[in-house]
Amino acid sequence: MAQSVFEWSWVVENRGDIWAQLAEHIVLTAVPVGLGFLMAFPMALASIRWPRLYSPFLGVAGVLFSIPTLALFVVMIPFTGLSKATAIVPLTLYTLLILLRNTVEGLKGVPSHVREAAEAMGYTRTRQLFRIELPLAVPVIVAGLRIATVNTIAYVAITALIGQGGLGNLFMDGFLRQFPTPLIVGLVLSVMLAVAADLGLLGVQRVLTPWRRNPG
Amino acid sequence: MITFESVTKRFADGTVAADDLSFEVPEGELVVLVGPSGCGKTTTLRMVNRMIEPTEGRINVNGQDAASVPAPTLRRDIGYVIQQVGLFPHLTIADNIATVPSLIGWDKERTRKRVEELMNTVGLSQEVAGRYPRQLSGGQQQRVGVARALAADPPIMLMDEPFGAVDPIVRDLLQEEFLRLQRELKKTILFVTHDIDEAMKMGDRIAIFNVGGVLEQYATPTDLLATPANDFVVDFLGAERNLKRLALIPVSAVEPETRPLVSSDDAADRALEAARESGTDWVLVSDAEKRVQGWVSADDLDGQGTVGDAEVHPFGHFVTQDESLRAALDAMVESPLGVAVRVDGDGRYEGVVTHNTLTGELK
Amino acid sequence: MIEVVTNLVAWFADPINWQGPTGVPTRILEHIWYSVLAIVLAVAIAQPVGILIGHTGRGGALAINLSNAARAVPTFGVILLTFLVAGIGLVPVLVALVVLAVPSMITNTYAGFRAVDRDVRDSAEGMGMTGWQVVRRVEIPVAMPLIMAGVRISAVQIVATATFAAVVSLGGLGRYIIDGLAQQDLTQVLAGAILVAALSLLTELGLSRLQTAIVSDGLQEESQEASMEAKLEGTTG
Repeated sequence: MAQSVFEWSWVVENRGDIWAQLAEHIVLTAVPVGLGFLMAFPMALASIRWPRLYSPFLGVAGVLFSIPTLALFVVMIPFTGLSKATAIVPLTLYTLLILLRNTVEGLKGVPSHVREAAEAMGYTRTRQLFRIELPLAVPVIVAGLRIATVNTIAYVAITALIGQGGLGNLFMDGFLRQFPTPLIVGLVLSVMLAVAADLGLLGVQRVLTPWRRNPG
Repeated sequence: MITFESVTKRFADGTVAADDLSFEVPEGELVVLVGPSGCGKTTTLRMVNRMIEPTEGRINVNGQDAASVPAPTLRRDIGYVIQQVGLFPHLTIADNIATVPSLIGWDKERTRKRVEELMNTVGLSQEVAGRYPRQLSGGQQQRVGVARALAADPPIMLMDEPFGAVDPIVRDLLQEEFLRLQRELKKTILFVTHDIDEAMKMGDRIAIFNVGGVLEQYATPTDLLATPANDFVVDFLGAERNLKRLALIPVSAVEPETRPLVSSDDAADRALEAARESGTDWVLVSDAEKRVQGWVSADDLDGQGTVGDAEVHPFGHFVTQDESLRAALDAMVESPLGVAVRVDGDGRYEGVVTHNTLTGELK
Repeated sequence: MIEVVTNLVAWFADPINWQGPTGVPTRILEHIWYSVLAIVLAVAIAQPVGILIGHTGRGGALAINLSNAARAVPTFGVILLTFLVAGIGLVPVLVALVVLAVPSMITNTYAGFRAVDRDVRDSAEGMGMTGWQVVRRVEIPVAMPLIMAGVRISAVQIVATATFAAVVSLGGLGRYIIDGLAQQDLTQVLAGAILVAALSLLTELGLSRLQTAIVSDGLQEESQEASMEAKLEGTTG
């Protein structure tokens, strides 16, 4: 029933389209993760400053995270139709749980004796936060960003069902036409994108934390 | 009884943790394995219950080659206490203690009674039985560990730094209590520690190991201190060896010497006579019931009416017969007289301990 | 906006939507059926493997790396590929659901076993437990917080992903969404979304209760932390 498993010619013919989907996929990943971090960061700071907020914040983010992706996308339709916003809002909300939690845990994970030393030397709270605690929290925060990004890349594909999709459109195309090639191309590119993003963020982390490099 | 016959343990990377060990742990005795890090004492201990298998040699447990029975069976007859205790966090204290009885198949009633009995023995209140390990203090957890090891009443116990994880005050307490327990139970115990003082305190016999699994000397504490086998042992025993030896000898083991004893009503010149006769320039003063109150110097007695008219200097400390000669030495250095006064439980004079007494014991 | 809500209310109030092969009860039962089958299968496959590598400690690195790698593969793509290769029917759906759930379940069980304190394991062996007794009496109960967390996360993920069964014309609550999208019937789509979300949350709550009941009282604190960790390591579909 299906044609031969992989037709390279299709890839060559459609490379423009493939690129476009890849580009859309990247946009639909980067924007939600970026927005998610912009939302999660102040929430994290607030949770540290007023610890009683942490539980409710986590609770809400957790509930959102538990809602199946398709359901959340679909619920947006009455508000935003079938536009990019329908995809971006839920994708952003999904990143909140991990970004919030990792930012908070990263900051909390700074050893208390380091914080005490900084305070004793006369750092104000703000400077201490930005010059001491945040840099030390970077590995855990970036770990959260990496998970959020890889997750989001997977979720973006589902938005093909609501008119967006990025590489998900290749999945649907291949499936609907019973033609494996686009599906395989889409999967391979997804995985490559996820790996590239993961390694890229890891690289950013290394740049931001020169003290962690092994000598020699 | 535990016997090591030419036991060697060599690891894959070449390190030797036990080098041709042959010694015997007599029944009913507590033998301490002690030595610096890397001497293989824990490895040696763990070969007895086959948590580690020897490379060469044989270990006999209660007359049987340890390797001849399946390891789990062997272990159910051996109590095992480790430093971090390893209590099962998901079980209550009572269930923790009941582990081996449950493995062996005791019925519920017998197990319950035994748990109750053991908790009393190790000094835990019954209300702790339903709690979980994380709710207990370090000292309590250690007690549970001991109770758990004793549960099936094994004839042999292996203990690896069991009191190491608690603070010194609690450790002292646990050591005392365990010694008291051992006097009753008379189990055959192999006890590992890195602390020579703990070894001296706990051990009927001590095996001193050197790095590389070498057994340097195996002897009673007294013999060890009196005749150390080589420089390593001397160093390991630490400084002030004579003081340590004295600490092991009770005052009751030596004959008290006599010195002039008068009462405060006695005539001063009579007291002076007594002093001159015995060759001291002082006398001891007691009351009518012979309770020692202090001493008077001959110079002060000169020209007085009664002994009580002269200045009586009190003693800072006395020694009783249950204390050690080291305590006697401690009392001795406090007064200018150079002797320690020995009294009974009510403070009544029994004699004195002199420097010569101590030197004589050390020979 | 108000119109959307009134339409929704009307949809749920309409008795037609509660009867017959396209009625809510049928769809819910179908959805639960696929999910339960998949969960049971996934547990049957994943737990023995997880316990084995957890107890022996061997193969763990491989398992973790595979699991991490698996996270980079989009579930939606895997599902469609499975359908493409294996065709339409319950078996492909189950295969897809099980394959997606097994890696993270294995990882969580393995992590749970590795988290057992080595002193606890040492004293268990030292007291004379055989290997199997150590697993049954000590390792499993102590690892239970993470084991249950893994099962819970995978179960919720399966319930969510079962929605896609509709893509290959099977049943389940996903049908409302897929059919609604095809028919441009927004109300139906939203009704489906609400029902799926509700079922997911109920599954999460129910298994959370189960976890609290199963895990020993001595381990409750660890249990809560473990759940959070596991949740964040997994993906939903």
